[in-house]
Amino acid sequence: MTTELKCQPGIGGRVEGTALVAKDNFSARYDLDRINGVFSRPQHQLAGQSYVDRILVLDTAKGGVATAWMLHEMKARGMAPKAILFNAANTILAQGAALADLPLCDRFEAGDITALIQTGDRLIVDPGQGLVTIVERA
Amino acid sequence: MNLDAHERAMLAGELGEPRRWAMDHMLKVGPMFDAADLVPVSQAHMMADTESLGEAGVAFLEGLAGHPPDQRRVAVPMITDPRGVDLDYYRPLGQTEAMAELERRTIAACQAMGILMTDTCINYQTIMPPVRGEHLAYGDTGVVIYCNSVLGAYSNFEGGPSALAAGLTGRTPRYGLHLEKNRRATKRFIVRRQPRELTDWGVLGALIGRLCGSYWEVPVVEGLEVAPTSDDLKHFGAAMASFGSTPLYHLVGITPEAPTLAHVCDGAPPAAHEITNGELDALRGDFGGAGDKVDVVVFAAPQLSLVEMRRVADLLEGQRVHADTALIVCTAPTVAADCDRLGIIRRIEASGAKVLRGTCFYNQYAREIGQANGWTRLLSNSAKIVNIIGGYGYRPALASMEDCAAAAVAGRIV
Repeated sequence: MTTELKCQPGIGGRVEGTALVAKDNFSARYDLDRINGVFSRPQHQLAGQSYVDRILVLDTAKGGVATAWMLHEMKARGMAPKAILFNAANTILAQGAALADLPLCDRFEAGDITALIQTGDRLIVDPGQGLVTIVERA
Repeated sequence: MNLDAHERAMLAGELGEPRRWAMDHMLKVGPMFDAADLVPVSQAHMMADTESLGEAGVAFLEGLAGHPPDQRRVAVPMITDPRGVDLDYYRPLGQTEAMAELERRTIAACQAMGILMTDTCINYQTIMPPVRGEHLAYGDTGVVIYCNSVLGAYSNFEGGPSALAAGLTGRTPRYGLHLEKNRRATKRFIVRRQPRELTDWGVLGALIGRLCGSYWEVPVVEGLEVAPTSDDLKHFGAAMASFGSTPLYHLVGITPEAPTLAHVCDGAPPAAHEITNGELDALRGDFGGAGDKVDVVVFAAPQLSLVEMRRVADLLEGQRVHADTALIVCTAPTVAADCDRLGIIRRIEASGAKVLRGTCFYNQYAREIGQANGWTRLLSNSAKIVNIIGGYGYRPALASMEDCAAAAVAGRIV
């Protein structure tokens, strides 16, 4: 049975992929080893895990402005997440997603998205419709 | 979004492809934050270090810069954040020719667009400080939080692409901190222990940032009995923005929008959180302890002012940095020029320390230079940099400027 989660219309096109979820925040500069495609900040809940081609589901964005270029750079090397879902995005992540054409959505009607989706869930993200569908539970 | 005739012409490509791209970019970002229209901006400031840009980002800039001059020139004064390579000093750091070449290409592309290569994150101290109520498109979170909070200007955090879009059009989407309703206090803090030096301000800012934890929270702070300097609030804001992604704070009786608490509150003020000594000590305690060996001591993030540079020179006077420890100081090119003239760089470097111009340690390939030099244990007086640098493979520690200088000489945390 599928579950539909309404959110604000976001950025980028429709994609399908597998979720990687944490009740934690995100900055490409602070948290990632972008060469090897893994979370590298020891304090991050996803430390050591690969984010490449996963749909990241996190609480909010943090840190500096570098992520706005970095998503574009990561995608050009094929080392980017497939999409990012936040409870609340910040300006930098939206700007970075726009340049990289990386799907990004936030502000979900049903509440905390990091609790509604589990790592391994199969998702369809449709930013234009403001809709995330869980097509298969982990 | 509502566009005027000039904006519609830019969107239609009538003023060239760079401005068409810029309008398209803003029309993707603006609706995400419910922007109704664009607001004219008087200056743009772009973070574009080559570590973040990568080959793809540099090629993107070169693409825009390849258009005819009337199409590619920025429409308002536009300046830059610190670069990734000091072209006068990169091989000794372990930076490669490939990194330097990306840097040269970036500089050429930016200059073709009429961007002033100021290479600084302290433009509010050194270039042209914004005025109260001035709408801006600034990059670097430390720059934005200072200009919003201390100067009462209006800017969101603008990443490089959005700052560039603003420079090319002279506009930015009207959302976030451009709207009065988003500048009202949402959290309230009372300070008891008074900050005494820069790192105390950094720790206090870091704690408030961590407790806010969102771009959309605005802290108001009461209880300060000391009069902060520009450098104090530089460290306070940079740390708050780094730990919290927070772009604005109010200090009652100090910052311009908050002559009183009531000025920044709609109705009843938020419940007060009293900052305890335990919270401050716990945050500081996350970063290092006495006796630990130190590989590299860093004064950066933000770049040092002239006043900080002279203090570093005074602290190192007649001293020698330990043979197994490096001491790196990052400052703005304009400050470096003054320091040259005043003999301050000569005094700092006589100790064996190195002053880098127009860079900042964390955005100059920190992972690669750490690996090239065998640096893991990093000591700084910047709460911002110790927050960032863990993800780059360092074990960071925090101490006052005085203790950092002493540690650089001793080779271990004193």
